[in-house]
Amino acid sequence: MPGALWWLLLLLPIGSALLITAVLRPYRVASAAVSVFSAGACFMLAVWGVASGAAAPEPVAWLRASDWVVMVAMMLDPLAEVMLLVVTGVGFVIHVFSLGYMSDDPGRSRFFGGLSLFMFSMTGIVVSGNLVMTFIFWELVGVSSYLLIGFWFERPSAAAAANKAFIVNRIGDFGFLLGILAVWGTLGDLGFGPLRAKIEAGALDTAPWLPVFLMALGLFCGAVGKSAQVPLHVWLPDAMEGPTPVSALIHAATMVAAGVYFLCRVFFLIEMSVPALDVIAWTGGATALVAALIAVRQDDIKRVLAYSTVSQLGYMVMAVGLAAPAAAMFHLCTHAFFKALLFLAAGSVIHALHHQQDIWKMGGLRTAMPVTFWTFAAGALALAGCPGLSGFFSKEAILEAAHETASPLLWLGLLTAFLTAFYMSRLAMVAFFGEGRERRAREAKESPAVMVVPLVVLAVLSVVGGGLGIYGVLRGEAAAADAEGHGWLVPALSFLVFAAGVGTGAWLYRDRERDPLRLGALRDKLYFDEVYGATVVAANGRLAQFWDWFDHFVISSLFVRGTGLVAGGVGNACRFLQGVGASGYAFLFAAGAALLLLWAAVR
Amino acid sequence: MSPGLLHYLAVSGLIFLIGLAGVVVRRNIIVVYMCLELMLAAGVLAMVVFSRFLGQTDGQVFVFFIITVAAAEVAVGLALIVALFRARRTTRLDELNTLRF
Repeated sequence: MPGALWWLLLLLPIGSALLITAVLRPYRVASAAVSVFSAGACFMLAVWGVASGAAAPEPVAWLRASDWVVMVAMMLDPLAEVMLLVVTGVGFVIHVFSLGYMSDDPGRSRFFGGLSLFMFSMTGIVVSGNLVMTFIFWELVGVSSYLLIGFWFERPSAAAAANKAFIVNRIGDFGFLLGILAVWGTLGDLGFGPLRAKIEAGALDTAPWLPVFLMALGLFCGAVGKSAQVPLHVWLPDAMEGPTPVSALIHAATMVAAGVYFLCRVFFLIEMSVPALDVIAWTGGATALVAALIAVRQDDIKRVLAYSTVSQLGYMVMAVGLAAPAAAMFHLCTHAFFKALLFLAAGSVIHALHHQQDIWKMGGLRTAMPVTFWTFAAGALALAGCPGLSGFFSKEAILEAAHETASPLLWLGLLTAFLTAFYMSRLAMVAFFGEGRERRAREAKESPAVMVVPLVVLAVLSVVGGGLGIYGVLRGEAAAADAEGHGWLVPALSFLVFAAGVGTGAWLYRDRERDPLRLGALRDKLYFDEVYGATVVAANGRLAQFWDWFDHFVISSLFVRGTGLVAGGVGNACRFLQGVGASGYAFLFAAGAALLLLWAAVR
Repeated sequence: MSPGLLHYLAVSGLIFLIGLAGVVVRRNIIVVYMCLELMLAAGVLAMVVFSRFLGQTDGQVFVFFIITVAAAEVAVGLALIVALFRARRTTRLDELNTLRF
């Protein structure tokens, strides 16, 4: 494949988004067709390009500021290629699924336009060759995520969730921007290639630790926002207000993983600061545990999956912090498969139950929706870490990394793995086993083929995804040699916690009508939203009130109207000069003339 | 004793002042207008006097022009006053104050 064809990866989705928004808005079928076609073509293109090993296209100069040039450049190393295949592949499957899921929605054109815009931005992040491009596409995925979370904007909760996602991400992105500026300031370059060359040449070897630490931390901030790490994780569960395919594509498989992908992309930079790696590892570990705890006591099927996503993202970030970016990316890929699958299966259930999302109102769906059940089970087992399925391998790679560094994070990871297995078996038991608790659940029917086929495709990927050799590609040839040197301890422990988690869940939730565990703090999401509401949001409100007062009384009244009043007062004081009428003017005129004459005469 | 230059100029000045006083103190716009003409006439008289005492005809030629133009000007001015009266129903100067602040 000629390298220049890579540009089509970006041009197709943005062209589709523009076409749908500008022309095809009223034609729902045409919009869907164009969007699905562009996603499919992108996937084909990615497969063809990666298979033929096409070189990255020539960079194009975009901005020139004296001798500094911002390029539009692509970077296509194995990391980008793997991510590209995941993004376009999962994206295409979800586009197809959306055809069925959104079939009865009047705003379908808008939906597919948003999806195409998202595909454009996400592909942009993946292939980006420098930090400026990454940042631009980073913000673009934020916008498309905002548009799609708020897709049902008539619902106040959806509009609020969209705002929340956008604003919380702003906080992370601010740090991200500072990090980029710090990189520019210390290393004087923003392209990934030149940066890596400079660091390998020893540009940071003599630098004091603090600036490097802050630089790495700034870049990490972006990932904290986008990948929903504690303390900025609060937006992701709320983002489930969007349509389920959006949750699957953006808020599980791709966009939220962009943070992890970015960390791996700039890992050569981050690893220059050991304290930063520690911060990253512990943030990831804390996120994994906190989110898994909350997921144990959620009742909305999508929220359980959302917290599970946060938890798994924490796992990946933890792997980056443990200096194992290949393991992080491996888990990212397998997670993209099985989490997209779980969300789509949940979407299939929600679709069949006419938008019922409470698992305690489901039940018995195992027989009513067999394909959905079996694919969901495959995804759930993969997520829980069932030996032989993809999740087991990737999770084990991360735990192995923790084991190698003898970090206490190993135990934290194992505890999280136990909780993961526990809440997934709880979800499966409550929603799919037993008897239907509501009429809608008892009358549920299997979804149409256009929704079921994507499930099967993703299920196959979730099952075999661990053996596809992704890990080897990511680790590179040098590291592949010692890939076999694992001990037995970590696999044994992972299997143990998997069995314990599934067993406890299955035993505890068998034939229950109500949740036997109380755990109110977990049900209320450990009060994160309440604490933020009482501190950050309230403080902001106070501050806004003060500035409103300031604007009203000081700026508006004192400065603006005050100036006007002074001018008016001076005018009023002087008006008597002009108030004497025509005869008066004549008199003044004559008097003036007389004075002039007099002056001329006596001079 | 024949009147000299100063006598004539005194008369001219007197007429000018009478006219000015009329413009300043009268309120009826027609009277004000007549007083304006009076001031003009005073100026014309001064010009004729100078012309005679200097032995030149230039001043007198000017006077003819001024009289002609003044006739046209009176026509225009009176037409304006009539139009003003029709619009405002008044010829009192102190009631025509729309443009005042």
